[in-house]
Amino acid sequence: MEKEIILETIDLSAAYGDNWVVKSVNLAVPYNKVIAIMGPSGCGKSTFIRCLNRMHELLPGTKIKGQVLLEGENIFDLPPTTVRRRIGMVFQRPNPFPTMSIYDNVLAGYILRGEKLSRAERDEIVETSLKKAFLWDEVKDSLHKRGTFLSGGQQQRLCIARALAMRPDILLLDEPTSALDPKAQAMIEELITQLKETVSIVLVTHNRAQAARVSDYTAFMYLGEIVEIGPTPQMFTAPKDPRTEEYLTGKFG
Amino acid sequence: MSTRARRIKDRIFKATILSLSLLTLLPLLLILITIISKGYSAISLDFFTKLPTPPGDPGGGILNSIVGSLLLIAIAVVISVPTGVGLGLYLSETRGPWASLVEILINTLQGIPSIVVGILAYLWIVKPLGGFSALSGGVALAIIMLPTVARATQETLIRLPTSLKEAGLSLGASYTRTIWKVILPSAMPGILSGVLLGVARIAGETAPLLFTAFGNPYLNLNPLKPVDAVPLLVFNYAMSPYSDWHQKAWGASLVLMVFILGINITIRKGPWKRR
Repeated sequence: MEKEIILETIDLSAAYGDNWVVKSVNLAVPYNKVIAIMGPSGCGKSTFIRCLNRMHELLPGTKIKGQVLLEGENIFDLPPTTVRRRIGMVFQRPNPFPTMSIYDNVLAGYILRGEKLSRAERDEIVETSLKKAFLWDEVKDSLHKRGTFLSGGQQQRLCIARALAMRPDILLLDEPTSALDPKAQAMIEELITQLKETVSIVLVTHNRAQAARVSDYTAFMYLGEIVEIGPTPQMFTAPKDPRTEEYLTGKFG
Repeated sequence: MSTRARRIKDRIFKATILSLSLLTLLPLLLILITIISKGYSAISLDFFTKLPTPPGDPGGGILNSIVGSLLLIAIAVVISVPTGVGLGLYLSETRGPWASLVEILINTLQGIPSIVVGILAYLWIVKPLGGFSALSGGVALAIIMLPTVARATQETLIRLPTSLKEAGLSLGASYTRTIWKVILPSAMPGILSGVLLGVARIAGETAPLLFTAFGNPYLNLNPLKPVDAVPLLVFNYAMSPYSDWHQKAWGASLVLMVFILGINITIRKGPWKRR
């Protein structure tokens, strides 16, 4: 079991000021699986996921306790830029860089980090990343146009390609489809199930059906705590905790 | 209230608004018409390419003041853009007592009479260097322009979505590189508008140049020597007793007005504007 875990949180708590919104969470992320964290708005799931790549601490007045082990190393002992390079993130709203072309958006991580690549390497990374994000066929003839001209769903896939281009070990998806139309959402869900062959995925969603459709494991988070976690089919058919059942049957959230 | 009464009220209100806006437009139109009609006859190719002639001699132009104004503006831009953008960035990124103090100081600077800024530039630069210079005039104009650039930068940066900065940081970029490569380029249209607004503001300044740039009837490109400026020329020529100089002052006013109008149109219709 030990070797199957890529990322593990140990008693992880996070706060804004003195308001602890994530309380002693222990969660293990396995290699090449999709783990979904579902829960009602305000349950702390977004804050939790933002701790995993050290984005939470960027806001003034925030606090973190506990550990996050990435292949056995505590990420709070590593430089934040290294952690974020290895753990990519896609946000709720598509946020391609408006000043950059599609091509440069995919390479943005390298450009921003000042990592030099040869022309051939750049072309290769752009093509494979866009293919992995199911976007290549739609944009291969307009790579040097601005990314902001794409539709919302295309922009989000561009952001996924941008994260994949860094070849991360883990991809954090923070409600990646909640700002998209149903068709774009279906495409991204399909994409997520394909991506786990190369990257481990943590998906935060308040959409129960989405968690059921795409994830291997599901965790239910409520009031800052993980109420229950298990293989997705079991969670949705035979939840152990009454609160999970209430949430799944739509009694709240 | 009946529909009829409401319609009459509506019409009265519309008429009031229209007449009030025409009333505010009237002085502006009068200024434009006067400057164009009086300055039009002075404009010729020579006016832009020749140096002034002594009073009474026909011909001649204001090349010295146009070049001087451009030099002064260039110096002011070189000084005020890096400092103004830096200040704006600082104010948008930081909160706290120190930042609000800086903000108050910038707002105060905006209200200082330009003649006072000229006196300060005289004390700080003209006296130590032992003479009037384009540099001292440029510094005075830079101080006047600084708050405009700083405020424009700050306001543009505050309006940028935080998701942009998060996107940069989440890719493993450092804070500094995210600012340089993502935030500032995204804010460029707003910053450029601010710089142009600042240039339009200083292009017509006369008072701070009186004892800094001083004026110069000859062509000069040396920043350590006095230069002329278009508004200075207007001032000097208008004060003179010669009617042909009065004519040239009107022409120079027209040039200045068209320049400032052009900048304002560029800001409005800026080719760099997206969407």
